[in-house]
This record gives sequence, C-alpha cells and structure tokens, in this order.
Amino acid sequence: MTGQIAPKPPLRRYQAARWDEPLVFELTQPGQRGVLPPSPEPGIAADAVAELPPALRRTAPPELPEIAQNAVLRHYLRLSQENLGADLNIDIGQGTCTMKYSPKVNDRLVSGHKLAELHPRQDDETVQGVLEIMWRLERMLAEISGMDRVTLQPGAGSAAIWTNVAMIRAYHESRGEGHRDQVITTIFSHPSNAACAATAGYEVITLYPDADGYPDLDALKAAVSDRTAALFITNPEDTGIFNPRIAEFVEAVHAVGGLAAYDQANANGVLGITRARDAGFDLCHFNLHKTFSTPHACGGPAAGACAVTEELAPFLPRPTIEHDGERYRLDHDRPESVGKIRPFTGVAPNLVRAYAWIAGLGAEGLREVAEIAVLNNNYLMTQMLKIRGVSAPYAEGKRRVEQVRYSWQKLTEDTGVHSEEIGLRAADYGVHYWTSHHPYVVPEPATLEPTESYSRRDLDEYLAIMRAVAEEAYSDPETVRTAPHRSSVHRNREESLEDAASWAVTWRAYRRKHAAT
Amino acid sequence: MNTTVGLVVNPVAGLGGTVALKGSDGAEAQRRARALGATPRAGARTALALAELRARRPGVRVLTVAGDMGGEALRGSGLTGEVVCDRPPRTTADDTRRAAAALAKAGAGLILFSGGDGTARDVLDAVGETVPAVGIPAGVKMHSAVYAVTPRAAGEVAAAFLSGTAEPEAAEVIDRDGEDIVLYGLLSVPRLADRVQRGKVGSTRTGGDDLAGITAELADRGTAGLVDVYGPGTTTHGVLRALGVDAPPTGVTVVADGVCLDPDADAAALLRLTEGRRARIVVSPIGGQGFLFGRGNQQITPALLRAVGPERIAVVCGESKLAALGGRPLLVDTGDDDLDATLTGYLPIVTGRRRHVMYRVGER
Repeated sequence: MTGQIAPKPPLRRYQAARWDEPLVFELTQPGQRGVLPPSPEPGIAADAVAELPPALRRTAPPELPEIAQNAVLRHYLRLSQENLGADLNIDIGQGTCTMKYSPKVNDRLVSGHKLAELHPRQDDETVQGVLEIMWRLERMLAEISGMDRVTLQPGAGSAAIWTNVAMIRAYHESRGEGHRDQVITTIFSHPSNAACAATAGYEVITLYPDADGYPDLDALKAAVSDRTAALFITNPEDTGIFNPRIAEFVEAVHAVGGLAAYDQANANGVLGITRARDAGFDLCHFNLHKTFSTPHACGGPAAGACAVTEELAPFLPRPTIEHDGERYRLDHDRPESVGKIRPFTGVAPNLVRAYAWIAGLGAEGLREVAEIAVLNNNYLMTQMLKIRGVSAPYAEGKRRVEQVRYSWQKLTEDTGVHSEEIGLRAADYGVHYWTSHHPYVVPEPATLEPTESYSRRDLDEYLAIMRAVAEEAYSDPETVRTAPHRSSVHRNREESLEDAASWAVTWRAYRRKHAAT
Repeated sequence: MNTTVGLVVNPVAGLGGTVALKGSDGAEAQRRARALGATPRAGARTALALAELRARRPGVRVLTVAGDMGGEALRGSGLTGEVVCDRPPRTTADDTRRAAAALAKAGAGLILFSGGDGTARDVLDAVGETVPAVGIPAGVKMHSAVYAVTPRAAGEVAAAFLSGTAEPEAAEVIDRDGEDIVLYGLLSVPRLADRVQRGKVGSTRTGGDDLAGITAELADRGTAGLVDVYGPGTTTHGVLRALGVDAPPTGVTVVADGVCLDPDADAAALLRLTEGRRARIVVSPIGGQGFLFGRGNQQITPALLRAVGPERIAVVCGESKLAALGGRPLLVDTGDDDLDATLTGYLPIVTGRRRHVMYRVGER
C-alpha cells in the first residue's frame, strides 16, 4: 500500500441529511421547559397576571411547544442540515436573486455589543456612530445611482418598491394630479412592481417583449397618457438582456408627466457602468441583500434602499438622517413625507454590512464586481450552450449582462423531461436552480446568475452537473424524472400550494384542515 | 377512481403535413398525400405517449380499437388492455366517432386520442364533455387547446389525471374551415401546468390567468343599460358562466342588465339587438394565431363593429395565452380593410381586475 488517497469521482457523491424530523409542535412533551425562570423576589406581585386588565388576560394558556433546550437545539440543527444554503452549495442557480458571498467579517462587525446593544429609542447624541454609517451609506448609494437623496428605511426589496410607489403617489397629489391612476411595467420586470402598484390602488398595464425579447417601445407609447403615474422597469430584465433604448422609455413617460422608477433590486451587472439618473430616471431602488452582499437570510430581514431626485426628496419616509457638517440627527419634521415604511431607521445590521462591503471595495472595486459578474455569466452561457437540449432565447448571438434565462424546450421535446426535473436532479449533486416567474414566457425556463463570487472551478463544477443531468435525460430519463434521489425530501406536493383546502401556514390551520388525514 | 384509458388513433393523421398539404381530412387529401410519398406518423407518436404513460403508471389498463387505430400501439407498448372495437377496412371520420363512443361505453375514464383538429372534433362529437380527453399531437392542423405539448407530455397528462393530480377543465376544439377558424365546442381536458399545448393554446391552465378578475373588471366598467356582445371562446364563456348565463361557447351571446337576450345570435340579430343602444363587444383571441375578428366569430360583422364603435371593444385574455403567442401580434381580418386599419395598433387587453397588457394588433 502506498497510502495514496483514492481519486474522487468526477461528480460528487452528494447525500443530503435526511432526518425525518417532526414539526416542533409534534415534539412537545407536556411539562418540559427550555428555560426555568427564577421565582419572583419578595415585594414583586406573586400573580402579575392579576394586575393586567381583564380584556388582555388569556382564558387558556397559549399552546406553545413544550420542549427541553437540547431538544430545541437538535431540532433546528437537523433542519439546517436539510438545506442547500448559500454557504453550502455553488449557489448560482437562483437567478435574479444575486446570491453572492456575504463576507463573514461583516457579520463580526455587527454582532459585537457596539451595534447589537444599541436601542432605537436612544437619543441621537448617543448614536452618532451608527448614524454616520447610515448617512455615509446613503451618500454612497446616491453616488452609485446618480440620485440626490436616499432612504434606507425599507426592510426588503418589495418594501422599497412600495416606498417608491408611495412617494410617486404623494408627488402627483402634491401637484394636484392625483387623477393619475395607472402604472406601467414589463412582464420581465420583477412581479413586485406590478404587485406594489396594485396594492396601492393603481391600475397596472404590462408590456410584453417583442420578438427580440426587448420590451415593446411602441406598446409603451400607446399605453402612456395623462393617467400615467409612473413606469416601473428593470434593466437588464430577467432575461439578462440590456435594453439599449431605455432612455427613450423614460422620455416617453416624462412626455406625459409621469415618473420613471428603475427597479435596480439587482444592479450587479451595471455597478459603476451605468447609473439610473443618467438614463433619466426619477427614482430607483436597490436590494442591499442582492448587489450589496448582505445575507438574504430566510426571506428576511433584508434591507432595501430608495434613491430619488431632489424633486422627490420631500416625500421620503421620515425620519431622514441629516448632517450639519459636524453632528448627525434624525429629522422627523417632514410635512410632505409619506410617513414610516417600517419603524425607526431601517435594518441596522444589514446597513452596516452593506456599508462595510462597499467601503472595502471602493469605486474601482465596485466596477470590478460588475465586470467579473458579467464575465462569469458569459463564460457560463458559452459553456451552457454547448450542452445538448438547452438554448438562450431572444437576441441570438448577443451577450447577456449578469444572468441568463435559458430554455430546455428542445430537451423536453426530445426526452419528456421538464426543466423543474432537471433542477431537482441537480439537487442530487448538491446544487439546484430556479425556473422563472409565471407565466412562463420562455418555455421550460431555467435562470442562472453566477455573480462575481464564484471561481472558474466552481462554474465548471456546476456546468459538469448540468451536462451530466442533460445527458442522463437523454439516456435514462426515468432517473431524472423521479429525482431527487439523494436529497432530504423527495418531492413537495406543489399542487397543494394552489389548494386553499389543503395549504396550512400555521399549526392551527394544519390541524384544522388535516384533522382526518 | 376509474383508471382505465381509452385509446383511439387516427391512422391517417398527419399524413398531409409532411408533403405540405393543409390537412389530411377526406379520402382525396389522403390519396394525394400518399401519392406524394407521405407516411402516417400517428403510430410512432402514439408509441411515445404510451411509453411515457407506462413509465408513470405501469399498471394502467387500456381499452382500444383494432389494428392501426390503437391495437398495434397497445401491443407494442407493454401495457395491458383489450380491443373493444373493430376497425373497418377503410377508415373515415365516422370511425373515430364510433370508436370514441365505444371506448366511453366500455368504461374508459379518460380518452387518449392521437390525431389533429379533425380527430378532436370527432371525439367531441362522440363524447362531448362527458368523458375527459387529451390529445397526442399527431395531426397537421392543431389549433385546438386539447393537445399535450408533445406526445410524451400526453402520456404524462394522462398519468397525472389517473393519479388525481390533474383536474379536467373545458378546452377549445377549433378547426380550420377554408380560411376561417371555427370553434366547435369544448372538450374536458385534464390541466397540468405547462403540459397542455401552449403554442396554439386555449385557456386551460392558470399560469397568470384570472377569470374572476376579468369578470370583475368588465363589471367595474359599468354595465347598467349596456348591451354586451360576447364572442365565442373559453375565456368569454367563463365570464358568462360567472354571470350565470348559460350559452354555447361556440356562439355569440348577447346580455343586457344580467339578462341573456340571445345565447347564439347571428349577424342580423346582433345588429337588431344593439341598434340604438349603448353596446360593448367582449372578445377573446380565437385559436393559436390570435385572431380577434374574422375567424370563428364572423357573426360580429364590420357593420356591427362600426355601429358599436371600435373604442367600445373589450379584449379579454388570460396571461398564459398571451405568453404563448411568443411576441406575435393579435390579428384582425374582418373583410373590411378600412376597419382592419382602424383596429390595427395597440389595444389594452384585460387580464384581470385593473390589470391590462398593452398588446400589438396587426402586423407591423
């Protein structure tokens, strides 16, 4: 024996943890406790509940799980092992989400007592440090977007879009143009644009792409009128195709008195290259958990930022952070403000992480981020398109910016295997991908976005998995179709997501709806 | 649950397509196609569908027709089943109808048919909406929304239906009659997201489709004193159903103040019922080519369109149907060039309550 380590196979023999873990409610054992609080000291009311007004008292104790501390820890550790999280896999398959690496050093910055133990009701004078960080972050985002003022209050991307909708409404009302009741968007812009506008009561007009995949400028010109409040548009769109006529879109909306809002939730391909202001936009928003590297967490807390021109600054959420050259203070006296989007000044830990990330890179570094993200994406696309059965619809022969919406239509026609099944089979190798928003304008879609975080070795490993799964779809479709085989669960019954009689987002609803089963 | 599948193959389906004929209906077209060297393709396509069905539901039982109308495909598939209907020496459309009826009578819970629009019409004639059906795309003309996107997907839809994960919904059976596209009726087709044909599709899946929202939007615009003219199709038919109006999906239906004035009006009746009154025309694109006027709804004449006014046309459509157009425009061919020119341009398509898509009408 030479003692050599056996060579690894070309693809990982991944096997996810499978714990068959019950729900935390099912683990309950009456009487078990995670923490035993000390008995009240002398002089403290023996029955504090009796001091509460009757209307606030429960008649029965809450049905919370009763579990020991180590059982709780074990439960959540097991669940965490059944994830394909961003730090565990080559996470380039969640296109449009910009799943870049979030440096751990930034987590250390925010976990110390200096930030974690601040209270949002502290006097401004005692939180000058964090206010300075927020103010500086606002100035950085103003520079990146070309805009004049920024708010960091929104807790997520959709909250930021909502903030922009609210400011647009306030702007038009302030000018006596509250009759403007239509918002225009495109089918390849994030659906939150349409959703936030609809939530605010606007009628939504959607533009479809022309045959080349670009939003239809003539359709926009037909849609605009004195009822137009605003255009909400992404660029590059979800296809990764940059709309070179974007300034004409903005002009068409301005010509009728509407405003133009740029959805820059994902600005990763254009950092330091194009700016919202330079294309004529009045507002834009960023998801700090996409482009600016703060963790996505599990659906939050995230952080959004809205940037606006001076004309829209009076409508920013309050309080704003003001700087007189020496001190920082919160300005609550803003009579035209849309009010609060969320309490206080935003998700402070994520704002500090984003500040640290930008400061660490500097202006040149930001541009390099975009350049590497675009190079990575075009390398990935060039190699992907060599795989049998896949294509990149629209704008044939042209490059993409930071992501690509691929189509497996040919592979499906040849083999009967669908895009979702390829994504699930990829999970057997420890990666995954996302398809697309609905409706599937691109048939059998898959959206990949490599960001700047992944090395060529990472991309090659992902490509090798895609290649192997596609070849398997042709040689052994049954295995792909019944995937995943090595993951934590087999398949979710997705049809239940559309069935109000069976979906359950709480334990109480689960018991009510599934009592018999 | 009934887990028996009835299989009927139109053995000459697709014969005309490979030699550039517009269809394979009738003995003359079939003779010409064979003379040009065409070979039927229904058999091979059926085999793919059955292979997929077998992979997903190996225990399924298949009832079918003798010879190349199903028996041969069944034998080659490895599935179990039996022949319950004979095959005459020379097949015609009548034989498809007879076979489909025999399969339903023998207890088939789902009819899997292989062919084109003509075959779908024959199945419709035989079983209506009483037995769910799904088409294996094998014909030349496939404007109907009853085919799976590929032969394999037909097997997948059938398997999903038998597993209880695909609910049947009404889908348009459309065929070309000369230059016209005619809506013949509705078949009950199991709906499986993205599996039923999108290229030339009806509103069979819900991806973004919002019939309740469309109905509400039309109501929001104010219907008091208004005469509403509803064109044919699943979307308009769905709106009418929501309003409690019972009308054939193939007809043009007139409603005023919640009362149905005529469930299936002809051109003269439409002019008479709208004369001197404020009216609105509600239409949905017909067939895969996206025709708004001039195909399948000729009862809506240029005279009616002019009388009502082009600005009083409401186009309603599910988003998945628009997506399936792949960027191609909606079309109008009323036979009146000036009117067509008026209708050409961009129209806000109603896709839900306070939701529109601004879409191109007419080629650039």
